[in-house]
Amino acid sequence: MAVKKFEESLKRLEDIVAKLEEGDLALEESLKLFEEGIKTSRLCTKQLEEAERKVEILLKGEGETLTAAPFTDEDA
Amino acid sequence: MAEKNSLLSDYKQILTVSELTLQVKKHLEKGFEEVWLEGEISNFRSPSSGHCYFTLKDDTSQIRAVIFRFMGRYLKFQPENGLQIICRGRISVYEPRGEYQIILDYMEPKGAGALQIAFEQLKEKLKKEGLFDPAHKKPLPFLPATIGVVTSPTGAVIKDIINVIGRRFPNVALLINPVKVQGEGSSQEIATAIATLNRIPGVDVIILARGGGSLEDLWSFNEEIVARAIYHSTIPVVSAVGHEVDFTIADFAADLRAPTPSAAAELVVRDKKELARLIASLSDRLRNRIVQVIGSEKQQSVYLQKRLPDLRLRLGDLHMRADDLKGRLAPRVHHLLRLRQEMLKGKRVRLLLRNPRLIIEDAFKRLTLSEKGLTNGIRLVFQQFRQRFETYAAALDGLSPLNVLQRGYSITRLLPSYRIVKESRVLSPGDRVNVVLGKGDICCTVEKINE
Repeated sequence: MAVKKFEESLKRLEDIVAKLEEGDLALEESLKLFEEGIKTSRLCTKQLEEAERKVEILLKGEGETLTAAPFTDEDA
Repeated sequence: MAEKNSLLSDYKQILTVSELTLQVKKHLEKGFEEVWLEGEISNFRSPSSGHCYFTLKDDTSQIRAVIFRFMGRYLKFQPENGLQIICRGRISVYEPRGEYQIILDYMEPKGAGALQIAFEQLKEKLKKEGLFDPAHKKPLPFLPATIGVVTSPTGAVIKDIINVIGRRFPNVALLINPVKVQGEGSSQEIATAIATLNRIPGVDVIILARGGGSLEDLWSFNEEIVARAIYHSTIPVVSAVGHEVDFTIADFAADLRAPTPSAAAELVVRDKKELARLIASLSDRLRNRIVQVIGSEKQQSVYLQKRLPDLRLRLGDLHMRADDLKGRLAPRVHHLLRLRQEMLKGKRVRLLLRNPRLIIEDAFKRLTLSEKGLTNGIRLVFQQFRQRFETYAAALDGLSPLNVLQRGYSITRLLPSYRIVKESRVLSPGDRVNVVLGKGDICCTVEKINE
């Protein structure tokens, strides 16, 4: 699921920023983290756009079958 | 006996117990078809049949009461001893015992509403069972991809939810599982809907929602079956039933209670703009930090560079020092060199002198010399011998000077050396001389020199 991935990515991004801001890192490691951070932030932004907007309603078919159909609000 | 018999004769009809009981039953049931009764429950028992038997009493009287299972099902509360109730029923007679009783079709607690009592009772029961245990509550997903909604497909609630979610996070999927939210069978529908969404892959969170209403309207959400469905859901359930002040059993069982359906939508979906801002701010912090890190590293390197002595200067110093040392070293080296050279020269000379060839030559020279010397020596020796011979010969001749002297010659000799005087000029007046004559000699004093 994109959900988990997004949360993990965001968490990772936060961790990276915190780690960088803590300092005490060698320049090389800082640069490595920075690169990962930028990649992660791009991934986060991408993941924000990933999910598809849809509103569906479950319809009971014959027997126990269920189908999802686009939901349209008649009152709207 | 006779009197008794006569008494009997007054009555035309003699009833059996059954006949009497039946007549009483007819009378009572006809006379008390609908009775509203108030009393306190005691001796309550509910055998496995599901019917409930108890006694209703007041200060002085009591009456047996029964409520059959199919009626009891619709009770909103659980009857129990000591409860004051108001009930409706009809009077009936239980023929096998000849007891009359009231058969109830409705009852409610006196004072507090029946629903309220039922609510408290169910809440207490489920709480004891651990259905509201905070440890059981599941955290909401950070950002759901699909949100399941259990609510009525019509009305303001679903619209509100769609609107709020659409506003906060446009690209999230909603899956609505439509249910009746009040009336008969609604609680069963709600429970089934929750279970159904649990079987659909991809649903991350469930919103259980209903708009505001009376306690009766919201009652489906106070049913045990709904509470259990929520409890057993592996997907987090957010409940939003009624208004902010309304609390339902579903709210207690839910993983999170939202005051209203809109609030539930807000709790479930984060604001996309806010998330985007968060990511942007994290990125900014990342960039700022790395700029800072690089800046400080640069500063550090500049600082270190400054601390490094200028190598060119240092090199110049070293050059000069080397020159200086060289200058001081050269004469000394030259001196030493010269010394060594001289020593070498001396040694060489000495070595050359020791050249065997030279030695041999020398030896030859010396040998030659020696040979010459030897020859000369011999010659000298011969000469000497010859001279001596001649001297002897002269001496022999001298013997004859006597003869000469005989002839009148004399030999004059200077005294006292007896050196023969051959010329007058060697003498001076006064010198004494000896003059040998042919016979004897005379000593004379020189008077005058004539040349």
